[in-house]
Amino acid sequence: MGFLLGFAAFLLAVVLIVQIIRVFELTSKLSGTDQSKISYKDNRTRAYSWLAFMVWYFGLFIWVVIKWGPLILPEAASEHGATIDFLFDLNWAILVIPFIITHVVLVTFILQYYAKPGSKATYITHNNKLEMIWTIVPAVVLTVIIIYGLNTWNEYNGDIDEDAIHIELYAKQFDWTARYAGEDNQLGKANFNFINITNPLGLVTEETIKIRIQELTDQIAELEEELNHVPKDGLKESEKLAAIHHKESQLSKIHAFRRNNELSKNAAKDDKLVKVEFHIPVGRQVSFSMRSQDVIHSAFMPHFRAQMNCVPGMVTRMRFVPTITTAEMRKKTGNPEFDYLLLCNKICGAAHYNMQMNVIVDTPEDYAKWVAEQTTFHAKLMASLGLPETNNQLAQNIQ
Amino acid sequence: MSSTAHAADHHADDHHHETFISKYVFSQDHKMIAKQFLVTGMFMATIGMLMSTLFRIQIAWPGEGFAIVNFFLGDKWAPEGIMDPNMYLALGTIHGTIMVFFLLTAGLSGTFANLLIPYQIGARDMASGFMNMLSYWLFALSSVIMIASLFVETGPASAGWTVYPPLSALPQAMPGSGLGMTLWLVSMTLFIASSMIGGLNYIVTIVNLRTKGMSMTRLPLSIWALLVTAILGLLSFPVLLSACLLLLFDRSFGTSFYLSDIFIAGEALDYNGGSPILFEHLFWFLGHPEVYIILLPALGLTSEIIATNSRKPIFGYKAMIGSILAIAFLSFIVWGHHMFLTGMDPFLGSVFTFTTLLIAIPSAVKVFNYLTTLYKANIQFTPAMMFSLGMVSTFISGGLTGIILADAALDITVHDTYFVVAHFHIVMGFSAVNAMFAGVYHWFPKMYGRMMNQKLGIIHFWATLVSGYGVFFPMHFLGLAGVPRRYYTNSEFPLFDTFIDMNVLMTVFAILAALAQFIFFFNFFYSMKRGPKAPQNPWRSNTLEWTTPVEHIHGNWPGDLPVVHRWPYDYSKPGKAEDFVPQIVPLEDGEVDGEH
Repeated sequence: MGFLLGFAAFLLAVVLIVQIIRVFELTSKLSGTDQSKISYKDNRTRAYSWLAFMVWYFGLFIWVVIKWGPLILPEAASEHGATIDFLFDLNWAILVIPFIITHVVLVTFILQYYAKPGSKATYITHNNKLEMIWTIVPAVVLTVIIIYGLNTWNEYNGDIDEDAIHIELYAKQFDWTARYAGEDNQLGKANFNFINITNPLGLVTEETIKIRIQELTDQIAELEEELNHVPKDGLKESEKLAAIHHKESQLSKIHAFRRNNELSKNAAKDDKLVKVEFHIPVGRQVSFSMRSQDVIHSAFMPHFRAQMNCVPGMVTRMRFVPTITTAEMRKKTGNPEFDYLLLCNKICGAAHYNMQMNVIVDTPEDYAKWVAEQTTFHAKLMASLGLPETNNQLAQNIQ
Repeated sequence: MSSTAHAADHHADDHHHETFISKYVFSQDHKMIAKQFLVTGMFMATIGMLMSTLFRIQIAWPGEGFAIVNFFLGDKWAPEGIMDPNMYLALGTIHGTIMVFFLLTAGLSGTFANLLIPYQIGARDMASGFMNMLSYWLFALSSVIMIASLFVETGPASAGWTVYPPLSALPQAMPGSGLGMTLWLVSMTLFIASSMIGGLNYIVTIVNLRTKGMSMTRLPLSIWALLVTAILGLLSFPVLLSACLLLLFDRSFGTSFYLSDIFIAGEALDYNGGSPILFEHLFWFLGHPEVYIILLPALGLTSEIIATNSRKPIFGYKAMIGSILAIAFLSFIVWGHHMFLTGMDPFLGSVFTFTTLLIAIPSAVKVFNYLTTLYKANIQFTPAMMFSLGMVSTFISGGLTGIILADAALDITVHDTYFVVAHFHIVMGFSAVNAMFAGVYHWFPKMYGRMMNQKLGIIHFWATLVSGYGVFFPMHFLGLAGVPRRYYTNSEFPLFDTFIDMNVLMTVFAILAALAQFIFFFNFFYSMKRGPKAPQNPWRSNTLEWTTPVEHIHGNWPGDLPVVHRWPYDYSKPGKAEDFVPQIVPLEDGEVDGEH
């Protein structure tokens, strides 16, 4: 149905255009007008068509503001967001003035000075005083915009509070994981060489070090075994050798972690990983650090006026203080289904359009309750290996 | 090729040496090369435009099958007429690449720099006809490769026209980053070579081959703009070239310029120590001046057209030159405003906010000067004039939203949303396209010796302006609602799905805008063959190109080169019989030249 309609409309439009072209071509042939001259009547029509355009354009402006203005983002749900919204309003108030004035002047001059029989232009080349004024006025206005803008920017990039909650947003094609720092309020170290099925974020703990060492040692042994069965000097052989070399270099990097990170290697144990939806408390600063597993993503939380790219090989940061709980926002927007969103805002592949996570802003009590319910990384890891949480069999197995 | 060795001092009498090949194919004549650039640019633009209508259909009616989508994309990329998400990204990528580089860089600058530089400075041809020919053929080859990339098995480049790695570097990340991306890089490398060879030639020609009396302060603003554009290109394109080459190395030879710490498709990759941010810096070091490589010629052409058709000198000639230079200088120190949210030092963000907002000052000066040129004028509304005035409107509308985006604090909310798409389509795309149409309507008689139909031109103008605004004006509100660009569909987000009727409206306008261009194509090709013969100076203009014969001849002027006696803007000068005084007319006793 849809495509039939669309196709029919397309065909109709083509036919229409072709007809219009033919009519005009025929009439202009008949009249045989000189195409370098314009009759007074035509020139006047063209001048007045600008008036019609201006009415249409301003009408479109007003119509769009009325129709879709209410659908833009609701009031900011973060402390710095309110400042950004004020800055937006200030900018709009300033910018709408030159928008209207210049268009009105443009159309006024068009209507007043279109060529008429016997009319002549006045020879004016420049006017230093006037030019000085319209250089200085924008400069002054821009100074105001710049000063307000930079103040707001600095507020957004302010310091991390001592009691801030630390959350990592980990991006990969095509979902998010939020990692909470746990009881020590410290995000444990992570490295991409540690990533495997049981450890999707590559967290570094005593156990994950051992798991990866064993995994890689096994894989290397397997590859070496296979190497004995492939023909020498072939493509297969060089592939296997390259794979072995790659695994060995990973192994040496993991050993380096084992040697160098004695102090911090267990900070990740009590970290908590959640997907699909994460909670933050109202009124307390949340400090986000962002990582990416594969390509550049961007963590965008439009309602909090917060955004930062997630870049592989780098940790980026942003922070804000939520000011309105999800429940309050649902009341304010009159939408019982309303949810704050985290979405990906940097093209990242085929399913970029559906890489999202819900954000729930709780009261501090609800938040504390929710966090307590989440399982730690360590507990999940041990459960996935079928071992009790306090077991140190793993440590004995691998030496 | 043999007949071209003595291109520089060709005279009218030796054009009988030409063969078909040397006249129409491997021509070294600036006029023919200009036409080649124009037609190639128009061909590429048609493809880019078709792509935009296809992806607009997808956004307006997600999940619905369209026979026309299936017709163009085939069963592989649009089974049952429903577009594949990878193809959606590919269409956006190639649409952007074609419009920014192939239409608005090569098509606009290539056409009008080649046509106008020798004509308006009074030279017989470009400094090097051979390099000029090379510039066109490299461009043609790069166009062919870009088109060829549409037909590879894994699809064309799809990582967005900015091709940020690692997405563009790893075939595991998306199918378009396979062979399609390699071809994109090869095509762009040739394109850059073409631009640089052309640009070098433009600069040398303007600096060295100006005719007697054509001092820098008597140059038309179009030539000033083209000169500064060529300098911008020469300084910034090499940086993109190096960015592309390094990306090619990362993709093909295992280097780690842009890549580090990547785990993809179940595998930790060996890349170590690189940074994708480096690519962004290199890309935007070209990317921002590129905006002005597109815009300055547009502003230059419209300055000429507005002055001519207002029958009045351009207001503040020296201020116009000054603002071209100021914009050009500033364009090199603002690229970071594309990268506020990459994790760049916030202080650096402040610096880029400051420099970016400064550009608003010379831009505002230009707008005020255009408006004042109309004051007490005697306006002739030729199609070229209509399009130029349209450009003034789009330059204002799009420029003002730039002030929002330049502000790092506001950019947090609208970065990479449809607000950005609306902004740059209006201020850069729409303005430059308006100026390019203005240029074609204005100089068509010079190019083809015939006149285009005015009425069709006016219809084309209004259809384009109204449907263009119809697409991009409402779009700002999508951005203000936080809707990201490059989303295959918004239907996964109940929050954004409320805009579906706006998306339908924008798509309808986009289809109308595309159809409107067929009026232009008809007018263009019909007039080329059967339009009425052009008089020598149809717009009663002052500049030198209108002193050449209507029929194209080698060396442009049959006898000696013209001598210039005055600036190009003596329109409606008091005490003159006509309302224009061509540059070749000597000054009378006691007459003062130029802006005084």
